[in-house]
Amino acid sequence: MSRRPPVAPAPSGVNRRIILSFLASAAGAIGFAVTYGLGGHTQWEGVCLAVAFAGLAIGLAIWGRRLVPVGGYVEEHEGFTPPPDEKPLTAAALSAPDSPIRRRGLLAALGLALTALGVAALFPLRSLLPWDRARPVRARMETPWGPGVRLLTAGGQPLRPGDVPAGTVVGVFPEGGTDAGDAPAFAVRLQPERFTRPPSAGHLDGLVVYSLLCTHAGCPVRLYLKGTGRMLCPCHQSSFDLFADAEPVAGPAARRLPGLPVAVDADGYLRATGDFTAPPGAGFWNRP
Amino acid sequence: MIMDRLARALDDRLRLSPLTRRALAKVFPDHWSFMLGEIALYSFVALVLTGVYLTLFFDPSSADRVYQGSYAPLDGTTTSAAYASTVRLSWDVRAGLLIRQTHHWAALIFVAAILVHLVRIFFTGAFRKPRETNWLVGVTMLMLALANGFTGYSLPDDLLSGLGLRIIVSVVESIPLVGSWLVFLGLGGEFPSDEMIPRMFVSHVLLVPALLVALVSLHLAMIVRQKHAQFPGPGRTEHNVVGSRLYPSYALRSLALFAWVLAVLFALGGLVQINPIWLYGPSAPDQATSPAQPDWYVAWGDGALRLFPPWEIHVAGHLVPAPFFPGVVLGGVTFLALYAWPFLERWCTGDCRAHQLLDRPRDHPVRTGVGVMALTFFGVLVVAAGDDIIARLLRVPVYDVLYVLRVLVLVLPVLAGALAFLLARALRRGDAARLGELTRADLRAAGRRARVGEARAVDESELPARDRPGQRIELWPDGGVWRWRYRDEPAGVTLLHHRAVLTEREAADSARLAYPGVDHVAVPGPPPPPPPGRVRTALRRWGNVALGVTLLVAALRQRRNRHPGDDGDGTGSR
Repeated sequence: MSRRPPVAPAPSGVNRRIILSFLASAAGAIGFAVTYGLGGHTQWEGVCLAVAFAGLAIGLAIWGRRLVPVGGYVEEHEGFTPPPDEKPLTAAALSAPDSPIRRRGLLAALGLALTALGVAALFPLRSLLPWDRARPVRARMETPWGPGVRLLTAGGQPLRPGDVPAGTVVGVFPEGGTDAGDAPAFAVRLQPERFTRPPSAGHLDGLVVYSLLCTHAGCPVRLYLKGTGRMLCPCHQSSFDLFADAEPVAGPAARRLPGLPVAVDADGYLRATGDFTAPPGAGFWNRP
Repeated sequence: MIMDRLARALDDRLRLSPLTRRALAKVFPDHWSFMLGEIALYSFVALVLTGVYLTLFFDPSSADRVYQGSYAPLDGTTTSAAYASTVRLSWDVRAGLLIRQTHHWAALIFVAAILVHLVRIFFTGAFRKPRETNWLVGVTMLMLALANGFTGYSLPDDLLSGLGLRIIVSVVESIPLVGSWLVFLGLGGEFPSDEMIPRMFVSHVLLVPALLVALVSLHLAMIVRQKHAQFPGPGRTEHNVVGSRLYPSYALRSLALFAWVLAVLFALGGLVQINPIWLYGPSAPDQATSPAQPDWYVAWGDGALRLFPPWEIHVAGHLVPAPFFPGVVLGGVTFLALYAWPFLERWCTGDCRAHQLLDRPRDHPVRTGVGVMALTFFGVLVVAAGDDIIARLLRVPVYDVLYVLRVLVLVLPVLAGALAFLLARALRRGDAARLGELTRADLRAAGRRARVGEARAVDESELPARDRPGQRIELWPDGGVWRWRYRDEPAGVTLLHHRAVLTEREAADSARLAYPGVDHVAVPGPPPPPPPGRVRTALRRWGNVALGVTLLVAALRQRRNRHPGDDGDGTGSR
């Protein structure tokens, strides 16, 4: 209808720079498509997309800074105190004679119904807990280890005392429960004369078995410092002294690694004679 | 033409034009620090876009799956489907690794942008009335961002994230009474359960993102409704917003920022390797890697776990393990303090007024001191998360680093906070405009107690008009509409009202709202275009002079070198 005013003239060079940026962007996009089509290459794809978006960004930024007014505008701010005559009107509208919020008795009953519904809606959350397995605290107290459970290596082979050489740790798992999160343990052979405190789970001629899980936050204490007989946790640097019944000697751990009592069966294999001396891993409320 | 028609058709049905006109003319302040939140917003958009692509290839399951693909060391091995599909996604899906790495980088930048935005809001007092509700929404989004970052980090079921998940599980387990129950409720069994990956997946791609979208919308809606706060300056009052209009300038600038964010993210995603899970191997309960550091935004928690001494307490025969204090208590206190700060500050200062003008950090030394203290504290915790790396780099025992950090985490925040408090006070009381200009006398004065009855600087814009000579409002008819502008001659400021209105009365009313008490003058026609800003004028003038001189010198030199007959134009033509 109305006559449009002509487009404002652009300062010299600005248009050209913007167009060049957008062309660079298009080139980047094409480059991405071509790289993808030729079999893909993570670095080149990333660079092409970066060029495509950077071209857009530069073009738009020049456009926004050079071809349109920047700054210099003011908008009024009404503040947030409502006009004085609004408040009573709103209140009146809400509390008219037929207003639902004035029927207190009905509201109370409605509130009761909604509360009951809300509480009932919480019940299905119980299904998030496992039904068929032990309750949390009991599950946490027990591990697959127990009397007569054979010790397996990471490869699934039963272990003889002779398979544990001096100077290294061997990861061991309970037969029938190798995937359990709380079961990993390690066996290590130490010189009994260096014990400063006898292992609480006993030892077989210097061979001791302890839980692998740090008593601080449950990470596997994988780093064995051979000479000092210490196990170090890579997560938070707790270290445990194996000569002193795996007592924590530095870092944030506060409790010993639980030991596993073991014996040699008639076939010469190592078997546990019970569960760990304490629940393995991090502490919890019901831990004795 | 088609756009015109479409717009008119929509307008006829929805009556959009009054709304649209106001929305397009909305004024945004021109300060770089107002763009920080937008970086977070655009990172979030990038996260959603790249994340949707990833879900098409990721298999959220702990079931066994044989990986067969081009990464030879793992070819033919059986791992969880989550791990195998992530390796396949990285090695065998074209552009898969690019998108995965970009997603991870976007998550890091998302949280970083939220944090920097929060710091800006905190130090400028933008959380004060009426914006406390938006502060609460923002802090909630920070919490959700951290949670979603962590679940996303854990989803590939690799060795490093398995360690992280185990640590978090241990921290939750340390909660008195309900810890083990909470873990079972979350994981559906003992760690590592078969349900944990599907559940984290649902929370990572559905629950939390949906919540975030809702909260982002609420956050933006409140900003539009409440309008932006702004830094004080000439022409800026508690009753207006000064800056650029949404359309055209701010829209262009914001889109440019969006493109910048994507450009940086794709450059990082393509060129800078992040989380190479095929090197870590699949998660296994008996395996660990070293060094093991989490993503930066959970490093403060990890650092706190490392620094906290092995103190455990027994309550009536029950154990409260050590991770409870640095894990649960510290995290809880941090977010409680963030939520409570606006109300705490209002309670302490007794300041219940609404604020549209922002503080500079110096205006509120206590707040600045507390903020610097908290930032230093968390900074030391983040450094502590790398104590084993520091020890390796410096070739000192890791426990020496630990003891030094244990002292620093208590001492350094207090020192930094006190220093920030003193500097802010010196800047506020003295004449120095910047930190570099502070004199010894300023600092000495800052150390003294506040003078009795030291008056807070009176808000200049609140003074009646007769105390502010040289300011006036000019109204004029422009075709069928009215416009007005504000002029402050001594300050050299001219501000145009952001939209045309239909009547003189309306124009006068809006001007009175924006500048209460400033005299109004009706002028017959549009005034001459405002002169360019001082800096730009000076630059242009000096630029022209310099150009002229250069050309002159060049021409003279040329004339001297060449034949006398050669002509050269020696004057700057511009």
